[in-house]
Amino acid sequence: MNFDYTEEQTLLDNMVTSFVRDNYDWDTRCNIVKSEEGWKEENWKQFAELGLLGVPFDEAYGGLGGKSADLMIVMEQFGKGLVVEPYLPTVILAGGLISKLGSEEQKNSIIPEIISGNIRCAFAYAEPQSRFDLNDVKTSAVLNGNDYVLNGFKSVVFGAGMASHLIISARTDSEQRSESGITLFIVDTKSEGLTLQNYPTIDEYRASEVIIENLKVSKDNVLGKVNMAYDAIEEIVDISTIAACSEAVGILQVLKDSTTEYCKNRKQFGQSIAKNQVIQHRLVDMMIEYEQAKSILYMAVTADLTNSDERRRTVSAAKARIGKAIKFVGESAIQLHGGMGVVDEYMVSHYFKRATMIGVLFGNTDYHMKRYMTLTQSGIPSSDEVISVSVT
Amino acid sequence: MDTAFSNEDLKFQSEIRDFIKTNYPQELRDSINSKRKLGKELSREDLTAWHKILGKHNGWSAPSWPKQYGGAEFTPTQKYIFEQECAKAECQYIMPFGINMVGPVIYTFGNEEQKAQHLPGILSGEVFWCQGYSEPGSGSDLASLKTSAVKEGDHYIVNGQKTWTTMAQYADWIFCLVRTNPDAEKPQQGISFLLIDMKTPGVTVRPIRLMDGTHEVNETWFDNVKVPVENLIGQENMGWTYAKFLLAHERSGIAGVARSKKAIERIKQIASSEMSYGEPLIQDPAFKAKIAAAELELSALEYTELRTLAKDSAGKGPGPESSLLKIKGTDIQQAVTELAMEAVGYYANPHLGTTLSNEYVGPDYATNLSGTYFNFRKASIYGGSNEIQRNIIAKMVLGL
Repeated sequence: MNFDYTEEQTLLDNMVTSFVRDNYDWDTRCNIVKSEEGWKEENWKQFAELGLLGVPFDEAYGGLGGKSADLMIVMEQFGKGLVVEPYLPTVILAGGLISKLGSEEQKNSIIPEIISGNIRCAFAYAEPQSRFDLNDVKTSAVLNGNDYVLNGFKSVVFGAGMASHLIISARTDSEQRSESGITLFIVDTKSEGLTLQNYPTIDEYRASEVIIENLKVSKDNVLGKVNMAYDAIEEIVDISTIAACSEAVGILQVLKDSTTEYCKNRKQFGQSIAKNQVIQHRLVDMMIEYEQAKSILYMAVTADLTNSDERRRTVSAAKARIGKAIKFVGESAIQLHGGMGVVDEYMVSHYFKRATMIGVLFGNTDYHMKRYMTLTQSGIPSSDEVISVSVT
Repeated sequence: MDTAFSNEDLKFQSEIRDFIKTNYPQELRDSINSKRKLGKELSREDLTAWHKILGKHNGWSAPSWPKQYGGAEFTPTQKYIFEQECAKAECQYIMPFGINMVGPVIYTFGNEEQKAQHLPGILSGEVFWCQGYSEPGSGSDLASLKTSAVKEGDHYIVNGQKTWTTMAQYADWIFCLVRTNPDAEKPQQGISFLLIDMKTPGVTVRPIRLMDGTHEVNETWFDNVKVPVENLIGQENMGWTYAKFLLAHERSGIAGVARSKKAIERIKQIASSEMSYGEPLIQDPAFKAKIAAAELELSALEYTELRTLAKDSAGKGPGPESSLLKIKGTDIQQAVTELAMEAVGYYANPHLGTTLSNEYVGPDYATNLSGTYFNFRKASIYGGSNEIQRNIIAKMVLGL
């Protein structure tokens, strides 16, 4: 039993930590999120130079062949710095789909471009009516000669405004909520028929509404098999959910540590407010929540993710449990900072907002609780051993 | 024990309802709605228009004030009905600083000149007030405040800094706690209650943005501000007594029961439109359970508030029990803002109304719901944090 990082993982951890320390001090970050673009291309180039953009990709395409644990290391440090560059949308989400479903030709042409930092991608899956249901797809794709013609609307597509390519899920067959009949298309964001409405999010990231009107996509730009994309979407969204949980755990650590520090330093009634037992207990509970969040993340990261049942179960367990920790640690951090907690100019509110929105990303706590309960059939005893209940 | 409305109460209720229907301006509703939709700030006119209309009608802008000072002097039941009806009709709430806070202090502790000078403007809504209590080093420990007022002839010279001054950007006047005796035995004994014209030279207001980007609060600086001694309320160094009186008043309105009820109704509507796992979200057992839990808590709080009001009307005055209303009221407000944000799924993300986005995205009902959740974290902190409220109950009610 060993939870230590390998030598390579320690190096990766140190590398990302130094990147954040050297390039992402608070003022720099504030300028990035306030800029028109909402990210910094120079940082992206550095990611490429450091090899970060290749972490999860197969070595055959120039990647590092990393696993979920490696992505966890990157995302946890990004969380600590509230790094806003679109690593999750491009590398993990879109990159994951391309690795999973792409033809050799597609992989050879796209993955090296992602790794070198030349292009960024985003995945347009959610729709106004779909909420977190990946199978709920109304956007349609109809074959006409050698092209598909796409029509529909995609909601809250993270990183679309910074992307050169979008992966779009569309219905090529079956009913709106059927798992079969969903196909993925990879398209240039500048394509005619595609309109992006870009906006900042409440946690200072960027997202877009994507309006699709008679968008022509060549058959060659179908990703994977026609009608058969659902399983891959679910898997890659699960993997991305672990990455989002990793980011959250990094954020929770900052919230817990900075709040403890603040309470030690803030004096009221002639003493540090941390002398009050009610404050101490809240800080202790924040620490406990953080540790539990980290533990369940480790459970997910070390699970056999190639086994789809195990993957689904552990991912939903982690997302639901970490969602609970986000709420408690986040709200407590603000409460214990008092007035300083609710203002924009102090760091803590930004960490709280990002953590809260990670709570929504890929399905909130209730959503994953329900998925977990369905998968594990909670409520049904796991063994048929009869337990006798006697009343004396 | 009787909680049914009497015939007079029912008549009163329909009178209020009709009045709102006839007199609440549609253009005000439109202006506020369109700004909310785009996350824009409300203007002074938005905040005071309804107040001004009520001020012209039998003192309805001041439900609790005695008739002799131009108030409505509603009975507790009438106050309750009035709040319910205003919340149901989604009327803009009345800013509390004049009506609920400094007004009662002035008519209780002020002299005749002060009453004549200030009460009419507060009633009519023409004069906008803000509150100068907290300082950077004095939040929960308010009595440690340092802003000084030194008497020189017929003026006080005020120096120092106040913070969290809500809506100071619109205010004509500020009521301040200032230190007039730095050598008093106890810090509470050297504090005075001073009214200061915001236009006086030396007063500077600097905005503080809250985490949702809104400009509600400010820092207010006083640099050798000359304040006439006539602006002292009551006696010098007795300000803490008046402040405590005011805090009790502030808390009695803070439960916000009627508004939370309305908010839960809206969430139910939203959750009926939102689909999850192929069913309306409102059918989701977990979501439904949270709605029900909020409703139960709110029902109980409603009766707690009614019990407090009844006691108040029996002349016993709002006591430290009002801390309970503050704690539970803000708990529920926060739970409700969270449920609303949760109901809209991914559409909690867009941050509208910034310089980076002027377009409107997502369903109408989703706008700014996460902003409101983030904004409302303030509720368990302002007006004495909920930790401090528990200390008050522990000490004053339980005698611990």
